[in-house]
Amino acid sequence: MRLTQGQFSYLPDLTDEDIRVQAQYAIDKGWAVSVEFTDDPHPRNTYWEMWGHPMFDNPDAAAVVYEVNECRKLHGGKYIRVIAFDASPGWESIRMSFIVNRPKTEPGFRVVRQEGEGRVVRYTIESYAVREPEGQRYA
Amino acid sequence: MNDMSEAKTVTGAKRYSAGVMKYAQMGYWEPDYTPKDTDVIALFRITPQDGVDPVEAAAAVAGESSTATWTVVWTDRLTACEKYRAKAYRVDPVPNSPGEFFAYIAYDLDLFEGGSIANLTASIIGNVFGFKPLKALRLEDMRLPVAYVKTFQGPATGIVVERERLNCYGRPLLGATVKPKLGLSGRNYGRVVYEALKGGLDFTKDDENINSQPFMHWRDRFLYCMEAVNRASAATGEVKGTYLNVTAGTMEEMYARAEFAKSLGSVIIMIDLVIGYTAIQSMAKWARDNDMILHLHRAGHSTYTRQRSHGVSFRVIAKWMRLAGVDHLHAGTVVGKLEGDPATTKGYYDIFREEYNPMALENGIFFDQDWASLNKMMPVASGGIHAGQMHQLLTYLGEDVVLQFGGGTIGHPHGIAAGATANRVALEAMLYARNAGRDIWNEGEDILRDAAKTCTPLKQALDTWKNVSFDYASTDAPDFAPTPGVSM
Repeated sequence: MRLTQGQFSYLPDLTDEDIRVQAQYAIDKGWAVSVEFTDDPHPRNTYWEMWGHPMFDNPDAAAVVYEVNECRKLHGGKYIRVIAFDASPGWESIRMSFIVNRPKTEPGFRVVRQEGEGRVVRYTIESYAVREPEGQRYA
Repeated sequence: MNDMSEAKTVTGAKRYSAGVMKYAQMGYWEPDYTPKDTDVIALFRITPQDGVDPVEAAAAVAGESSTATWTVVWTDRLTACEKYRAKAYRVDPVPNSPGEFFAYIAYDLDLFEGGSIANLTASIIGNVFGFKPLKALRLEDMRLPVAYVKTFQGPATGIVVERERLNCYGRPLLGATVKPKLGLSGRNYGRVVYEALKGGLDFTKDDENINSQPFMHWRDRFLYCMEAVNRASAATGEVKGTYLNVTAGTMEEMYARAEFAKSLGSVIIMIDLVIGYTAIQSMAKWARDNDMILHLHRAGHSTYTRQRSHGVSFRVIAKWMRLAGVDHLHAGTVVGKLEGDPATTKGYYDIFREEYNPMALENGIFFDQDWASLNKMMPVASGGIHAGQMHQLLTYLGEDVVLQFGGGTIGHPHGIAAGATANRVALEAMLYARNAGRDIWNEGEDILRDAAKTCTPLKQALDTWKNVSFDYASTDAPDFAPTPGVSM
């Protein structure tokens, strides 16, 4: 399967130049860009690991691409995303998020059904990858 | 216009001698009045009967929507009646519309119960709309003072938290209404939901008249839909949702359906505008209490919003719904099959999404409006839109919107999932191009063609609907053109 979270997962994988262009859009909006990675891609896994702090005062998206590549050196077998944070009043939240790196194989998710009374089913979805301990997922 | 009438308020004991008196003489016309920051202000378009002075008509509207009756009553003198009288303070002719006038009326805040749309509307659109001396009456806009706005909950979730909950940022959300809107069994219905969500949509939607009918009872629909939602979520790794319509004949039944939707893990439920203002506020409170996104389908609104001379403008309905506390509300597409010109629609979207609306006559917004940190509402664009219009949709509507392609997903020649994928690819390609600084308005078709080179479903969608557009004159456009010389 292909994890399709983020803004551009239905397009071909982004090149470094694509990442730079999109990150520069965020920077020009005044948003702080940061890099995060995870080996647990569950859609409700909110807190991916931070690759350093958001780059609050960085004017140049080339620095974002540099950090993405530094992150890849250690975590290239995991998911990496770029997010942009908007601190302006009424938002104070993420305004962009897109995946820039993914494992070679993505095993996907299984649906666990707990059948209850009255035909009610309690659903859980779980990444097949998280059956392995942290650090040992995605080879 | 303020000198059109000789009407002066009669004062002293003469004001209360028994009999009939002009409304303008009873204190409902105060051309020197300066509205207080705490006043509710309403702007009406009035069309007086032939021979009726517009100022007297405006005063009558003020009177009939506040304290007046048709004759003098001495019991006024037991109250602070000058305070409770609504005051028409300005009457202007409508540009290019002989016989129509804009009447500005101010209401003291104490005329209204806090946190009650029912109470507000019982005055503002109550008896007055049937008043005989008027041929027609339309409520065009309202200024809601911060002091009153703060008595309302506002949207249960709001755009920011909805996005955080859905883990979806920086792009329009995509949806589709399940079709045919009536007749599918629960099992077949869930199939449409599954295919559309798996193909790339974020949401599917019950239609307004899908409740609990002989062909599909509500509980069956909810169960099959949630199977579809969870399967699609596992297939994509994304949060998915389907608007489970809980509209029913009683509040008790709506609460029961909403509770069941919650127990199944749905992120969103849906209600129809026809359930009424109080029921909407109750469901908004329930949604806030239960961390549920609340979608409102504006079923029925065109019966009173569409004609220019009589009724209530949709911009007023939008303001009431932001107070009432819904998260999603349909607001037009500009380019699709349903009513809405670009300028008027922009006014609606601003009311949904902005912290502060400055007066913008060219968009039909007559007053500055401070929303006092009430959550933002997510506009929903639905009705006759397809992937080939993506550049127009993104330009007109921006990124905080749900784009709903019903026929434009389910009608795809290669199936529902292909239709969904076509929409998602078109959206992401257009968003990428916009962020990269391309002129999507003029280059949109090229951008879509390029994206279609690596996406067969998009190519098929573009070929199928390439010539579909809905180009009709709007029945409700702004009265003011955006030229600097035109002002009031």
